[in-house]
Amino acid sequence: MSGSAEVEGIPPRPVPESSPYGEPYWAAAVDGRLVIQHCPRCDRLQHFPRPWCTACLHDELDFVDVSGRGTVYSCTVVRRNPNPAFATRVPYVLALVDLDEGVRMMSNVVDCAPEAVTVGARVRVCFETVDDTHAVPCFTLDPEGT
Amino acid sequence: MVADQLGVRPSYCDVVDLGGATATGMIWRAAAAIDAGVCRAVLCVLAEAPDPRPGVRSPTWPALPNAQWERTYGSLGPNSGYALAAARHAHLYGTTDEQRAKVAVDQRTNACANPESLFFGRPITVDDVLTSPLICDPLHLLEIVMPCFGATAFVVARGDVARASTNVPVRLRGFGEQVSHSSLVSMPDITRTPIVESSRRAYETAGVGPGDIDVLSLYDCYTITVILSLEDAGFCAKGEGGPFVADHDLTYAGDLPCNTHGGQLSYGQAGLAGGASHVTEAVLQLRGEGGARQVPDCGLALVNGNGGILAEQCTLVLERGDA
Repeated sequence: MSGSAEVEGIPPRPVPESSPYGEPYWAAAVDGRLVIQHCPRCDRLQHFPRPWCTACLHDELDFVDVSGRGTVYSCTVVRRNPNPAFATRVPYVLALVDLDEGVRMMSNVVDCAPEAVTVGARVRVCFETVDDTHAVPCFTLDPEGT
Repeated sequence: MVADQLGVRPSYCDVVDLGGATATGMIWRAAAAIDAGVCRAVLCVLAEAPDPRPGVRSPTWPALPNAQWERTYGSLGPNSGYALAAARHAHLYGTTDEQRAKVAVDQRTNACANPESLFFGRPITVDDVLTSPLICDPLHLLEIVMPCFGATAFVVARGDVARASTNVPVRLRGFGEQVSHSSLVSMPDITRTPIVESSRRAYETAGVGPGDIDVLSLYDCYTITVILSLEDAGFCAKGEGGPFVADHDLTYAGDLPCNTHGGQLSYGQAGLAGGASHVTEAVLQLRGEGGARQVPDCGLALVNGNGGILAEQCTLVLERGDA
């Protein structure tokens, strides 16, 4: 939904690396859903996905849908990146986003002037298509978000 | 490999990998091995020749389990990670670009008194720092370490062995180590580092406090790292690091000498050996071998190693050992 991937001359971002624990996260993103790993035993959410719950070590975890709304915990404008996949994207915003459900994740805040993103800003999730089978959850500013 | 090159058959051999905290981590491990009677002296060697090609990962930065959750978003690892900490610190406490730049300027003054530093003879001003290119907001180019080639070695020895040396001995008076996370998202407050715990244990085991320290050697991959270290090692309250560095003179001639070799910001960062430069500089100062940058009456040094993104911390209290 973010237009960045479709802008001419900007190569798509790298396909997310595969991990047996992260597959549901990336699969949901293709469907336009943000899901977070959840422990059914102690009812905790954790990000990034791991083989077990870091609170109780339960190892049969599931994924639950979250609101996709959150607050920028911190952000930086990346102005240099030698990686070819990102070299043409600079400047871009790398942010730590605190989801309303209490989980912190790293992401990009897109579709705005980089300097418009500030610590404490409200954001909501969007999805950037990488290719037919991959999408990446990103965020946009959501000034109306409460 | 080193042992064979030297023709030595060691009774104890180990590899330490705590990123920038490797050198300080080596020292207490070596001391513990000596204390356990495993050996009498330990040679600690750190060397690195970083790949100079842009974007090529150094072998000491392996793919971590959390990498896919960060690289996908164009994370630069340290550059963007420390920038996120600096941005959060600025937001919470009002820390300014000028205050962070002061750290780089004072350390460059120190480097200009150290002929071995990479930027010897090239003083800078706050304005130079602030007009250098932004790399990751709010961090400018001159707030970021310069990678270089290099190596550092030191010997940790039993007391009687050290006293037999022709060098003035330096004693490990206290130490503390704390490791907290791999991914930045696992750090509850990215402005509060595990130096809180590592320095507390170092002070406790040494029986001293921040006010007793004559010279500081604080890992400085970025300007913000020094400010966070000063706060968490108890030199000022959390959030006051910005005004603190503005109000104190961190040069070798100042009221709070810090990174008198220039710090890695101005001395250069030769991979893991860069962190070791904080150890060797503290040792030189304690021995009175600081040359033009010698801090007078230097008896006690605090050395902090910082690895990962504020993740691995090992703090030492070193003391001139012939007193």
